[in-house]
Amino acid sequence: MNHLRPYTALLERDLRLAFRRRADLLMPLGFAVLVVLLFGIALGGTPERLAPVAAPVIWVTVLLAGFLSLDGLFRPDVEDGTLDQWLAGSSSIVGLMYGKALAHWFLYGVGMTLSTPLLAMLLNLPVDLLPVMLIALGIGTLGATQIGLIAAALTARLRRSGILLALIVMPLYLPLLIFGSGAVDAVRLGESPRAALLLLAAQTVLLLTLAPPAAAAALRIGSENPP
Amino acid sequence: MNPVFRWFHQLGSPPYFYRFATRALPWFGIPALLLAAVGLYLGLLKVPADYLQGDSFRIMYIHVPSAWMSMFIYVLMAVYGAIALIWRIKITEILFLACAPIGAMFTAITLITGMLWGKPTWGAYWVWDARLTSELVLLFLYFGVMALASAYDDLRQGARAAAVLALVGVVNIPIIHFSVQWWNTLHQGETVRIFGKSSIDGSMLWPLLIMALATKLYFIFALLLRARGSLLEQERGKQWVRDMLVRGRA
Repeated sequence: MNHLRPYTALLERDLRLAFRRRADLLMPLGFAVLVVLLFGIALGGTPERLAPVAAPVIWVTVLLAGFLSLDGLFRPDVEDGTLDQWLAGSSSIVGLMYGKALAHWFLYGVGMTLSTPLLAMLLNLPVDLLPVMLIALGIGTLGATQIGLIAAALTARLRRSGILLALIVMPLYLPLLIFGSGAVDAVRLGESPRAALLLLAAQTVLLLTLAPPAAAAALRIGSENPP
Repeated sequence: MNPVFRWFHQLGSPPYFYRFATRALPWFGIPALLLAAVGLYLGLLKVPADYLQGDSFRIMYIHVPSAWMSMFIYVLMAVYGAIALIWRIKITEILFLACAPIGAMFTAITLITGMLWGKPTWGAYWVWDARLTSELVLLFLYFGVMALASAYDDLRQGARAAAVLALVGVVNIPIIHFSVQWWNTLHQGETVRIFGKSSIDGSMLWPLLIMALATKLYFIFALLLRARGSLLEQERGKQWVRDMLVRGRA
């Protein structure tokens, strides 16, 4: 498996760098709790009003929290020249994109999914909805990371990207959000969430296939010399 | 070489394209104007009122052609983007960028006329109808392409980055459309669909087709006009632009 070495090395490096700065690691969770706090207060804080909207609020919060970390996905690599080394090197850029995407998903997707019970508790989410919520979030965040990967690659070399990233990412999140919160809704209405979860998974598989090559193409564009 | 192929290759050259666009402009602009005048006259004044909706259905003559164009232009834009990414033809980058604002305009017109029609028909300006929602997403996809292209300092890099985004968008449009439909049926069982393709009367159909042709011709006119403008901007350091501006002719 020696030919996979550059890609696992990148995955390892990204994870190690993130764990060196543990405070940064908790930022998305802190952000999510703050958003939930704002919603809780705006909705009056009573369980009767919170419970029906808990699942959609968690979905939007998790997507927003993941979106926050996108700006930092390639920026350090652009600034210290790592990106140019990749482009000059012989490893496949697409492979490196897979390493990047997996690292981001481990840090943000898995992290946010694991902290969902806390958010669910704050919002009085009915307990029987929690399992489907966790499965949907686990799959959905993997897809959201792929969309974020493309957007981050497209804006990697720009000086500022904040609102532009939002403009690129949000419309593409829509199908994930529909099936993700659709699965939870199905359980709430006493139906099977199978169809929604399968469609969510299908989308994530499609994104996993197409997004890393698209991100690789986007990174190459920024490195071409202007004619 | 086959003359058609030669003409096609020559179009890739900026000065040749500029001359071609200048000559072609009136051939698209004037028929577009005439057809729109005829179509609007027939549609707004001649066609009898609908038995169910009265006169409010007449907004269809602007709404439906705009909706067709909003989707058609996005696909065409993605095709130009793909050509620009693969063959790096400068003209297709310019045509790609010129498509986006025109498409966004048609999408905005579709949304606004749809909302105006929705108020008397559905009782609200905005209904979370599947088509309305996907049209709104389409508008933001256009905005994303435009914003990304203009965020780059280098025009050509911006065009190619936006082309990648347009291709991502074109893959996603069917997914967004069907997911929104799925979401919509989950929530409200049935959708209001008054215009079936076959249920429209011939006298109402003709003005619609005339308007559709008018918007197509207008699009080509606006595309060439915009492309001409940005071609001059991008090639401003070149000799042919200087010659043309000095002599008034290329």
